[in-house]
Amino acid sequence: MRAAPFAYLRPDSLEEAFEALAQFGDEAQLLAGGQSLMPAMALRMARPGVLVDISRLAALRGIALEEGALVLGAGTTYAEALRAPLVATHTPLLVEAIPHIAHEAVRSRGTLGGSLANADPASEMPACMLALGAQVVLRSAEGERAVSMEEFALGTYTTAIEPGEILAAIRIPLPESPRRSRFREIARRSGDYAMAGAALVSDEAGEARFVLFAVSDRPILVPGAPDVDAVLAAIDAEVEFFPDNHVGISTKRHLAGVLARDLLSRSAPKEAA
Amino acid sequence: MTLNARTDMAVSLTVNGRRTAGFVPVRQTLAGYLREELGLTAVHLGCEQGSCGACTVRVDGEVMRSCLVLAVQAEGCVVETPEGFSGDPAMDRLRERFATRNALQCGFCTGGMLVAACDLLAREPRPSRHAIREAISGHVCRCTGYEAIVDAIESAALAETAP
Amino acid sequence: MNDMTQVPADRPIGRAMPRAAARRHAAGRGRFVDDIAPAGCLHIAFLRSPHAHARILSVDLSAALDLPGVVDAFDGPACAELCKPWIGTLDHFPGLRSPEQHALAVDVARWSGEPVAAVVATSRAIAEDALDLIEAEFEELPAVTDIEAALDPDSARIHADYDSNLAFRLDLTAGEPDAAFAGAAAIVERSFRFNRQTGVTLEPRSLLADFQPGTGELTVHHSTQTPYQMHDVYSRHFGIPEERVRVVAPDVGGSFGLKLHVYGEEMAAVAASIRTGRPVKFVADRYESFLTDIHLRDHRVHARMGVAADGEILAMEVDDATGIGPFSVYPRTSAVEGNQAIRLMGAPYRMQSYKGRLSVLFQNKAPTCQYRAVGHPIACMATEALVDAAAGALGLDPLDIRRRNVVPDDAYPYRTANGYMLEGLSHHACLEKLSALMDYDALRRDQAEARARGVHRGIGLAVFVEITNPGPAFYGVGGARISAQDGCTVKLEPSGGFSIAISITEQGQGTEAISAQIAADRLGVSPERISVVSGDTRTTPYGGATWASRGAGIGGVAVMKAAEAMRANLLGLAGTILQASPESLDIREGTIVDAQTGTERMSLAELGRILYFRPDTLPPGTHPLLTVSGHHVPQGYPFAFTNGIQASHVEVDPDTGLVELLGHWVVEDCGTIINPLLVDEQIRGGVVHGLGGALFEECNYSPEGQLLSTTLADYLVPLASEMPDIKIAHVATPTKTSPLGAKGVGEAGTAASGAALLNAVNDALSPFGAVLAETPLTPERVLRALGKV
Repeated sequence: MRAAPFAYLRPDSLEEAFEALAQFGDEAQLLAGGQSLMPAMALRMARPGVLVDISRLAALRGIALEEGALVLGAGTTYAEALRAPLVATHTPLLVEAIPHIAHEAVRSRGTLGGSLANADPASEMPACMLALGAQVVLRSAEGERAVSMEEFALGTYTTAIEPGEILAAIRIPLPESPRRSRFREIARRSGDYAMAGAALVSDEAGEARFVLFAVSDRPILVPGAPDVDAVLAAIDAEVEFFPDNHVGISTKRHLAGVLARDLLSRSAPKEAA
Repeated sequence: MTLNARTDMAVSLTVNGRRTAGFVPVRQTLAGYLREELGLTAVHLGCEQGSCGACTVRVDGEVMRSCLVLAVQAEGCVVETPEGFSGDPAMDRLRERFATRNALQCGFCTGGMLVAACDLLAREPRPSRHAIREAISGHVCRCTGYEAIVDAIESAALAETAP
Repeated sequence: MNDMTQVPADRPIGRAMPRAAARRHAAGRGRFVDDIAPAGCLHIAFLRSPHAHARILSVDLSAALDLPGVVDAFDGPACAELCKPWIGTLDHFPGLRSPEQHALAVDVARWSGEPVAAVVATSRAIAEDALDLIEAEFEELPAVTDIEAALDPDSARIHADYDSNLAFRLDLTAGEPDAAFAGAAAIVERSFRFNRQTGVTLEPRSLLADFQPGTGELTVHHSTQTPYQMHDVYSRHFGIPEERVRVVAPDVGGSFGLKLHVYGEEMAAVAASIRTGRPVKFVADRYESFLTDIHLRDHRVHARMGVAADGEILAMEVDDATGIGPFSVYPRTSAVEGNQAIRLMGAPYRMQSYKGRLSVLFQNKAPTCQYRAVGHPIACMATEALVDAAAGALGLDPLDIRRRNVVPDDAYPYRTANGYMLEGLSHHACLEKLSALMDYDALRRDQAEARARGVHRGIGLAVFVEITNPGPAFYGVGGARISAQDGCTVKLEPSGGFSIAISITEQGQGTEAISAQIAADRLGVSPERISVVSGDTRTTPYGGATWASRGAGIGGVAVMKAAEAMRANLLGLAGTILQASPESLDIREGTIVDAQTGTERMSLAELGRILYFRPDTLPPGTHPLLTVSGHHVPQGYPFAFTNGIQASHVEVDPDTGLVELLGHWVVEDCGTIINPLLVDEQIRGGVVHGLGGALFEECNYSPEGQLLSTTLADYLVPLASEMPDIKIAHVATPTKTSPLGAKGVGEAGTAASGAALLNAVNDALSPFGAVLAETPLTPERVLRALGKV
């Protein structure tokens, strides 16, 4: 199938992009890397009236340290993030996770912000950002607000982005002490969406954030980490599992337990044992 | 100010070393433009959803699915298709090894495979077989079972780094 | 049997030669149907039934026709005015029934995705835009999707005129199965579910129809394996004399049996070209490929096997029910897959008692039909899983029980319980060679050692026979106009090279390359001096083309015969010129030589010069015949069977249910090997098809009959990252059924790789008492077998 007709606009600045969103309202659809939107359009499942191409906006690019946080421009591609020394130094979790995202020719174009805004519950980036305690920076003509990942990811393809807002950056707070991180996803083939996945970030103070993805309608921060039993109990009691085309709820639940046992026992600091 | 969203636009690119200019419907993909307007039919469409890898090209030095990029998005870019890469010794070796190792049967995946392999060798001149398998894992081949392709890329890499 | 015959390096047959076409593709110069873009070309797109079963109440095309760029639009009844309907039955399947099928559904749509109306426009995108403007009303009817439901006489009927949803039934009995089971020391039993797959040729189905209103000629560039069959179909169904039809298959981007069936979209595209008088292109997108390409191997099989205490297989009893969608596919029928599955059960073994029942059922899903290794994987998985179960029941090693039961290598010709005549097979030789190739004993030791560490590896074996080189008994006797013979025409070029035109076709397997090798071998030139044309019904001899692993074994002999006839002509003419007897001459390396001494007498270039440009120097009455043809039809045996054995080595993660493929081995016997490079890659590609089917590929439907796996993200095909390296060895027993000694090899890999994998996974899981009998072997099914979910 070919995409249904649409009109196209490539604003030169974020301000012009805001104007486009204001002018075209519900008709407007932001186009970043396009690696999810373009297939949906090619299947005529997505039929935007006006594509607002923000993939070249300099305001959305760049990776920098600012005020104790690593700030990633929303337009940063997976490939750029993987190459960036700052990312390797401060968020090895991303370096571990990004190679699991599709394939080289998709990572070259797909963006971190696009992944968060698309909010596919099987995506790696929302889970990693949630585990890292990241905030999403949303900008609009009126200004800017920061939203925690907990408040940002609301459900399948649903986020806290309001009309007129553009996801501009991701802010990952950097702790004083070094963090450990672990990532694993269980997928049938290299590059596939996971049947289930998990990210774990822990610090030397014993704080840990364990996040499951591809098991529910959004990434799930499971309470109880780093205690395996507490996490397993929470998985049983608190996580609402959703099936996908390949895997049913009971398998999702089982795999969640496998991931919890694996990541939490692997990464438990020795001194805490 | 009223912004003007377009349904047709001018586009100019450098494709396989030559500058091109055209006027396209905005919904035309880069793959469609390369095939239909420029006659570069080694860019194959196996799914039009970014899953099969047959349309892979290099844009500004990075491999991409040309079915997931609009032609107008490539404005001003340097695009290399499987027909291109002239003067690239790695691509020359890959073409030779693909042919002699019978690393293709129907040939439909071959262009994308070659572009991916060339990109791999640029990043990693002596990849392991495992790395080769990972690097082409976004490319469906229904004919070969992949082993001959892995062999061909491996031997092209070895030839490249031989004294 | 022999080990692979050592062929002198200077003889083209037996040489591992790359294909000329491979260089063309590697240079980016393939030419597929969609690469051909004639001026004025129109594009067709289809409105499809949104329901699995529905009455078509109305189709209003007026708004679609009003869209700028739309040239034509038509529905089923309008299409039927040009294109006669077809019926997918053949006389040699008595009782097989299937109603008339139209290119576009008329009155009732019977699967979700069945084409209902067509729009023809100046671009595919505009044609799709116009589909949105068609107003169609449907009345949904009860859908029958599940195989068991299709068997149930109380289910809704898919065809109102039939008393049930049964398309075909076959009952087979051989020997004394009841007595054999009664006397068995052990009986093992399994209920299998082999879920639907589809083909996923990377190049989708494609066609460019060009009807010339002035002359009434139809030229179709068609991505097909069988241009002659389609030539016949276009001629008969559109009423165009055969001599005014031309079908050209350019490069075909994968086929595997998928591109030899008649599809409504292709017929409607031809109708559109006739209606508009312009070229019309149809290139399926991936979505409609999933919806409308043939599906395959939708079987549920109950099977049991009785064995004696010493491991002798005494009998099998099999009940196979297979769903084929709403129609038996034209013109080959959808009974062939089940027919081969039910008859190939136990075929490698001496077992002489058998009872089989086949039920071929209509359902409201996409049609299924023949695909690479038709029926073989079903028979092989059921048989080989039972052999492993029997070995387990008796405490025998899986390799040993097979050694005890395969038909001995000196027992041929041999008739199987189901009546197949086997000739020149080599099970024992293959089995021993495989054991050495994979170091079976060492792998078993590794397995025991790994288990002690909590690592679960498994080894699976699968013995197979493969049907190749089918004769007229396959289709022709049933009334199908599908040629069982093939031909080749050889032409001498004046400079001493040759061009040949062949009726077998190329989809990348190397048909053209081996034809050049065979011709070169007989003509005494190097294969580089042979050019090959194939796939064009106007410029090549008529033939059956390429399917059922028949190219080398049948078409190859046609090439051999044509080349031998040309050689005789040239030696005769050279003898006239040289005043020597033809018998005293030979052609070597492009030169006429004295056969005894090898002394050069005259180059072929000089001979060509004289024959074409100075025939005045020849004796009066000499009229050189410099273009000659040869044809071949297999006679005697209805098929040439090949054989072999495969082994799979896996590691199963009992926590995740993931199966990792550690290794795969194949030993097979396809007779004389013409090009070892191409043969091995046919096997590897075939193996991966089988592994994909057993591990990944599944057409998931909702209970209402909506296909859920409609993208390559949902329908998982094997990728490089998960596939193993595949070690291959050969036993080469030249078949007496063909003067070339060559049998087919295209399907051997697919026939048994899934069975080997199934057995390997069950072997790995044996400490848990878990048994899988449903494919694909998804992690969820593995976990379910382990009782974990």
